[in-house]
Amino acid sequence: MSGTYLGMPSFPRAAAAATRDGTLRGNLRHATHTIRDKRARAVAELADWPRLRAAAAAIKERTLRHLDHYLVQTEAAVTAAGGTVHWAADAAEANRIVTRLVRATGETEVLKVKSMTTQEIGLNEALGRAGITACETDLAELIVQLGEDRPSHILVPAIHRNRAEIRDIFRARMADWGRPAPDGLGDNPTELAEAARLHLREKFLRAKVAISGANFMVAETGTLVVVESEGNGRMCLTLPETLISVVGIEKVVPTWRDLGVFLQLLPRSSTAERMNPYTSMWTGTAETAETAETAETAETAAEARAAAEARAAAEARPGARAGTRTGTETRAEAGARAGGADGPRAFHLVLLDNGRTDTLADTVGRQALRCIRCSACLNVCPVYERAGGHAYGSPYPGPIGAILTPQLRGTESELDASLPFASSLCGACYEVCPVAIDIPEVLVHLRERVAEGGIVTRGGKKAVIRPARGHAAERAAMRAARWTLDHPAALRTAQRIASRTRRLHPRRLPGPGRAWTGTRALPEVPPESFRDWWARTRGQGSPE
Amino acid sequence: MRVALFVTCVNDTLFPRTGRAVVRLLERLGVEVDFPPAQTCCGQPQYNSGYRHQAEPLVRRHAAAFDGYDHVVTPSASCAAMVRDNHPRIGARAAAEGRGRALADAAAASLPRTYELTEFLVDVLGVTDVGAYYPHTVTYHPTCHGLRVLGLGDRPRRLLEHVGGLVLRELEGAEECCGFGGTFAVRNAAVSAAMGADKARRIRATGAGAVCMVDNSCLMHIGGTLARLGSPVRPVHIAEILASTEEDVR
Ligand code: SF4
Repeated sequence: MSGTYLGMPSFPRAAAAATRDGTLRGNLRHATHTIRDKRARAVAELADWPRLRAAAAAIKERTLRHLDHYLVQTEAAVTAAGGTVHWAADAAEANRIVTRLVRATGETEVLKVKSMTTQEIGLNEALGRAGITACETDLAELIVQLGEDRPSHILVPAIHRNRAEIRDIFRARMADWGRPAPDGLGDNPTELAEAARLHLREKFLRAKVAISGANFMVAETGTLVVVESEGNGRMCLTLPETLISVVGIEKVVPTWRDLGVFLQLLPRSSTAERMNPYTSMWTGTAETAETAETAETAETAAEARAAAEARAAAEARPGARAGTRTGTETRAEAGARAGGADGPRAFHLVLLDNGRTDTLADTVGRQALRCIRCSACLNVCPVYERAGGHAYGSPYPGPIGAILTPQLRGTESELDASLPFASSLCGACYEVCPVAIDIPEVLVHLRERVAEGGIVTRGGKKAVIRPARGHAAERAAMRAARWTLDHPAALRTAQRIASRTRRLHPRRLPGPGRAWTGTRALPEVPPESFRDWWARTRGQGSPE
Repeated sequence: MRVALFVTCVNDTLFPRTGRAVVRLLERLGVEVDFPPAQTCCGQPQYNSGYRHQAEPLVRRHAAAFDGYDHVVTPSASCAAMVRDNHPRIGARAAAEGRGRALADAAAASLPRTYELTEFLVDVLGVTDVGAYYPHTVTYHPTCHGLRVLGLGDRPRRLLEHVGGLVLRELEGAEECCGFGGTFAVRNAAVSAAMGADKARRIRATGAGAVCMVDNSCLMHIGGTLARLGSPVRPVHIAEILASTEEDVR
């Protein structure tokens, strides 16, 4: 992943610092609690939510099992629609491909649609090194970019900032990137949004190249889908001449019917909306859309039928459209409506692996690839709420970050090795996850990898990894405890020693135990264990 | 009916009162209780810290210790969850690693008979009024594994509502984790303490004299936090409330 995060402290240290930041804790607490309550209400509206969730998990599982097939199908469909498909094994290769494609256009400025995948590979930084400026157009991403900050939430990357901080960033930095902030900019949301709109509009009208990710790719038609609330993404997807989409290979769904399931789950889980305001879908290039209009090729007929089906599926849900503006239309339809094709003249799809097939090889851990990046697990996580997103040292913070990052990146660094332990295993993340990823199960599985080592797949090959450093004392303690627990007589002796010396036990512990007694009193050891009480009063013999 | 008490290693060593309360309660309800002395620990600390292989002998021991009983009852939701959810998982992994089905079979045999205490009372004995008397204001914190892994739902509350003299107070944000999480409390001490402090603050805000739970490990964390803050709120395991009668008070 991105070099931006190299050398970050391990989770416990970064999180400890965050818990001392009162403003941060206040901002996070307010934002996550508001959205989690709204989400619960939006989900409660659908009586068949558990079935939808199970269907989504099943579709993703099946697709992942036959991923090679669906990717080849996607490639064929995209190519047939006039697009070009590139395969990138890792971040460096993806960045090289995108840089080359941008250079070929002769442009030095590109617009970005909010995309986690491009953050994962550190694309903006790579383009910057090649003399190309990448401008974020999502409001929260813009705040992060102008503030020379890092995103701290999947959906609301600037969740850690409050309004006053945002105003100061706009005032100080907008001029460096284009149109400056209006004079006397205040900190109410309308003013801030208007300042961003003016700043971005100039860029939209000027841009020749845009770069996006995608929430989904539909294999049967080679259609890419971006789901958003602001509409800025759609501007980038329709105005520029060249569109480059960098998409993780796990984002594919086989059919439009499958997509219908996810378009119901995603908005409710992420923004607590029944339907997100903008759903943009594009297939290939404008040229093919134009031909399609006159020649009615098989591809576009299929596409129109599929779009109708998807709409029907969305409308079949009670309340799916009520109270929301939906912007669902295919490029062919948009072209037809405007009396001509719109959208890019050149379209490139970069299919990114970057650790995904290795993750797929792990039968327990692979479920992390089902993730649709809704961020519901972040919003309910009590650890995320206190630690903040930056402590996770990755564009993927929170519970999903704690299991995805160490799989994509490996557990070699101290930070990555600490992530599987960044959870109390309370299970709130599993409960809300719309694709039923058992995050606690994967956390424990990855803890094993760190604590005991084992066999992993790296670069397509099996490798045996050793336990991470710093676990030797714990491992010895676990072994000793296990031995005692496997010998009830020894356990009884240990209990009796503890009881007999109970008056001598310190109230504050040294060493690692200090972390416990710093804020909590220790329980007192009772004079008699249950085992001894039972034997004394019930007269039963010892287990030996 | 003969039931085996799985007291758990934490209760055995640190909270024997809870075990004694379970025995008193069940015997009052006409249940014959046995304590298989070969039992020790369900392996939860090992498994949850990433030492799955260290947990294996404990899974085996647990299954053998409780072999032959109709029901196994435990006053710990997280240990019940460990036996029901993770013992089969550990067995399946051992089988997948080519070490035979023995562990998986042993784990499968013990799991359908394992009940957390309030589950056993409501589902097996079919009682919600256990004839208890506890004249105090109490608030209830549903611990995570009871809430989400076992799905205890309102069973503990229904039992508490039938306790004579008891006044139940609502706890804000009740479903949020208290921050214990086993080794998490030591490894991520700062976050754990912040979570514990928020929980303690909300418990104090209820004005209750006692806070009750179905798990002594969470109780130890919350109780320890309350004690360090100098709070008079007493941590009590639900078994001790349900075992209390009017004679105890007099
Ligand atoms: S893991 Fe589940 S809840 Fe978390 S972001 Fe992914 S899909 Fe959403």
